[in-house]
Amino acid sequence: MAAAEEAGAAAEPLFAGLAEVSISEGIPVEGEIAVPLRSGPADEDASTLDEPVRDTIMRDLRAVGKKFAHVAYPKKSSALLRDWDLWGPLILCVLLALMLQGRSADSTEDKGPQFAEVFVIIWFGAVVITLNSKLLGGTISFFQSLCVLGYCILPLTVALLVCRLVLLAYSGTISFIVRLLVVMAMFGWSTLASTAFLADSQPPNRKALVVYPIFLFYFVISWMIFTFAP
Amino acid sequence: MSGPGTAAGAGAPRGGTAAEWGAFEDNMQGGGSAVIDMENMDDTSGSSFEDMGEMHQRMKEEEEVDAEAAAADEEDGEFLGMKGFKGQLGRQVADQMWQAGKRQASKAFNLYANIDILRPYFDVEPMQVRNRLLESMIPMKMINFPQKIAGELYGPLMLVFTLVAILLHGMKTSDTIIREGTLMGTAIGTCFGYWLGVSSFIYFLAYLCNAQITMVQMLSLLGYGLFGHCITLFVTYNIHFHSLFYIFWLGIGGLSTLRMVAVLVSRTVGHTQRLILCGALAALHMLFLLYLHFAYHKVVEGILDTLEGPNIPPFQRVARDIPAVSSAVLNATAKTVALAL
Repeated sequence: MAAAEEAGAAAEPLFAGLAEVSISEGIPVEGEIAVPLRSGPADEDASTLDEPVRDTIMRDLRAVGKKFAHVAYPKKSSALLRDWDLWGPLILCVLLALMLQGRSADSTEDKGPQFAEVFVIIWFGAVVITLNSKLLGGTISFFQSLCVLGYCILPLTVALLVCRLVLLAYSGTISFIVRLLVVMAMFGWSTLASTAFLADSQPPNRKALVVYPIFLFYFVISWMIFTFAP
Repeated sequence: MSGPGTAAGAGAPRGGTAAEWGAFEDNMQGGGSAVIDMENMDDTSGSSFEDMGEMHQRMKEEEEVDAEAAAADEEDGEFLGMKGFKGQLGRQVADQMWQAGKRQASKAFNLYANIDILRPYFDVEPMQVRNRLLESMIPMKMINFPQKIAGELYGPLMLVFTLVAILLHGMKTSDTIIREGTLMGTAIGTCFGYWLGVSSFIYFLAYLCNAQITMVQMLSLLGYGLFGHCITLFVTYNIHFHSLFYIFWLGIGGLSTLRMVAVLVSRTVGHTQRLILCGALAALHMLFLLYLHFAYHKVVEGILDTLEGPNIPPFQRVARDIPAVSSAVLNATAKTVALAL
């Protein structure tokens, strides 16, 4: 107690001086002292230590699914940017690479792109686009951009699924035209969706410079999908 | 009331040994504060790289604390004398290793922060890029006064990536099969290798020939020079006419080469120097386009097959010989069996 009093006595002159300096006499001091309570739902604060594993997994899956929905119907929203994750991009990337894989990996006549090639194109491309947008003065963090670019591959994955189904059914001029239309539409969708999410973080006069590498990236992927024949 | 009493009680023995244990306690305190720092570091959510700066700062603080601890160690060693010297040496070595490792780690963090250094080279407007792309096809006949080169890397980098994509397309359509490595790696290696390799080579030559040009300007000049390559290859990979390619090669490739040569000539003094520098650049640039076209082209693939035709018969003959030999062996064995019977 004596020590505390001593400390208080020692501290008092300091703070007293500070108060006199910072607040002038004429202006009344106002403000909220109470700490604002979190307005969000209470369950986010609750401990997740003793919840079943299924709940944890389902919550993450629901978050991923919500982001897929955002890409499928792109509107101005920061949900994709605010809590980023790389699960969706990983799932999409693996799906795309698996479906694009040629029939047999060890035959020399294998014309399809290899798993590693697709994987590297997607991640290397996304990293290059992100670095480019950073260099042009974008205000977006590295993984946020990776997340958006990865999730926006969703339309192209759908395009690949459609292409494979069409190729299974019949091959010919009609299939060629159908595949061309589907891939072009999905390419446009991917590019528009990713620009809608990323454009706000860029300086307005340089949007074209940021969009060009994105365009090139999705163009290469969609071209790979279009030329794929099992 | 009991507080000061116990404090005094604890203080008495402490005072007696303070001289001996002072250094050790300092050391312990240093370690303790470092642990607290680590805990604080775990608190950061790590959701973005913006936290890294803070983390880096913390690491620096920790480094300072460690330096204090090292100083304390030295005192400790002196006190303990010769026996403690070995331990101290070992500890110092371990400390140095730790410091070196930490320096490496902070360097990795710094690499991301160092993006800011490159930012001035990417400071362009879309209109500027468009104008520079157009200008890269227009040679200017102005030799007396050094022509301006923008030290900018956005356009060149994007052109190189475009070239990579076009090359990938050309490789796919020509059914190029690369034994070791992937098409992607080859395309990226070729394009970046040419851009960086030739730029540094010409920069070296320019240094020898006393031309006024910096490395960034050289990269920018050669990068924009690749615009002609992109157009030529994009058209000729899709439309397979040899005459068309040669027209494009001389026309568009020639124009972009002439533009670079004109710029270099205006920045060099002396006829021999100009000849060496521009000859090297023009030859490399034009031959690269020729190589890219013919290395990964559909029609040439057919010609190569016919050229390789004579190479196939020996292979076939070997294949044909094997059954003959085996049948001879079979005959011989049959005969011996027959004789034996």
